[in-house]
Amino acid sequence: MSGLWPEVIRALITIIVVIGIVMTGVAYLTLAERKVSAWMQDRRGPNRVGPFGIFQPVADGLKFFFKEDVAPREAYKPLYLLAPLLTLFPALITFAVIPFGTSITIAGTSYPLAIAPNVNVGVIYLLAISSMGVYGILLAGWSSGNKYSLMGALRAASQVISYELGIGLALISVVLWTGSFDFHKIVEAQQGGWPHLWFVFAHFLGFVVFTVAVFAETNRLPFDLPESESELVAGYHTEYSGLRFAMFFMGEYANMITASAFVVLLFFGGWNLPFVNYAWFGPIWGGILSMVVFFAKVAVMLYVFIWVRWTLPRFRYDQLMNLGWKRLFPLAVLNLVVIATWLLLRGRP
Amino acid sequence: MKLKRPTLSWWEKLYFPAILQGMLLTFRHVFKKKVTLQYPEEKWTLPPKYRGAPVLLTGLDGHEKCTSCKLCQFICPPKAINIVGDETDLQKEKYPREFTIDFGLCIFCGYCQEVCPVEAIWLKDEYELADYDRTNLIFPKEKLLEMGRKPPYLPGREKPLEEGT
Repeated sequence: MSGLWPEVIRALITIIVVIGIVMTGVAYLTLAERKVSAWMQDRRGPNRVGPFGIFQPVADGLKFFFKEDVAPREAYKPLYLLAPLLTLFPALITFAVIPFGTSITIAGTSYPLAIAPNVNVGVIYLLAISSMGVYGILLAGWSSGNKYSLMGALRAASQVISYELGIGLALISVVLWTGSFDFHKIVEAQQGGWPHLWFVFAHFLGFVVFTVAVFAETNRLPFDLPESESELVAGYHTEYSGLRFAMFFMGEYANMITASAFVVLLFFGGWNLPFVNYAWFGPIWGGILSMVVFFAKVAVMLYVFIWVRWTLPRFRYDQLMNLGWKRLFPLAVLNLVVIATWLLLRGRP
Repeated sequence: MKLKRPTLSWWEKLYFPAILQGMLLTFRHVFKKKVTLQYPEEKWTLPPKYRGAPVLLTGLDGHEKCTSCKLCQFICPPKAINIVGDETDLQKEKYPREFTIDFGLCIFCGYCQEVCPVEAIWLKDEYELADYDRTNLIFPKEKLLEMGRKPPYLPGREKPLEEGT
């Protein structure tokens, strides 16, 4: 029994820290989105609540608390009330397997920087859970009793079918290369020189397919068809208000953070920096530094998410299907064949 | 009519170069000068003939120029102007005992200025007239005259027309 407690306490502390970071991240991501969009349109963005608007997320959050929670008469209540939870919950539990640093060693004991370190099916777990988020969208759209919501939900469903393939196939090449579904092993494989450098170089095609597919997975522009304000009012969450709407909102942004972490772990070497060994900085500072580097990379990826959103227009529905099935799918297969042939001829590096 | 679709070259069909080009454009805009005017702190410099709130002008004799002809009241589309005329010993014989403009109704169209035969009502540069109480938006004659005495004055005049000048 005494052997288990330190692990439980470590996991609990990590959960508190990670949820704290993620929720703060979500709050400030909304501010970042508004600020960056403003800058890209030569505006200033929110700057009234606190210096540079840094308390804007607090004000927005408070507003959501005080809004009335309306359920339409036509809605199927049990699912209508459940759906937002089904979106937010998977978005948050995905962080269980995401490692965000090497480890911190205090008094001879090494504490890995992940809620559940060295899960040997980490990648599969993340894929499975993040795909569950679409159930929330589907049920929300269907149970709202609103045609626009239903259209949004249908789009979400078919979008997921066409993009899960791209994600899975692009990811298989990385898994083949490292021979593991464990995020730690995948990150470790990205240390050292060519071809062990960040996988974005060796698996460039896979990276492109994966990133495009991840944009669709998180329902971000240019693939935000489930929401598409200009055609479907607000898509699947048209009827939601107050805290329940906030849950969809937070779920969407938490998904963005997961997706960014996913891309960073698979293709940008996780917390690895070229020519830097974290053992140089000692057992504690090395771990903290690796964490900072990892979150910095995630932040850059999140900026790219926002950047793309405010640059590209939305894809038309048939264009999206064409892209998914006729472009990304063959490209992912091609990538897989090339990597598999390489591994067959040269052996696993 | 059948539209002719442009045929894309191999490079254009790749789509990604165009996306990167677009992203470069938006990225450059991040560092550009912002156009937003921080309104309550910063304000526009108004053009000299800016047409804001209609106000009443004072004549050479120090009295309001208005002769209470009620043409402005008659033409005012939202019926914002209300005049109660009265007789006076002055040469103009009639004057407005009461002259109110309801800025809750006024649409700043300028018809009153156009129609006035004696140049007594004029659209000036005041535009910050908001209030929490609608009754405060009904401006009495004294207030309108006070607004009329402030610069800028009628085109071509640097001073208000005061008594004895």
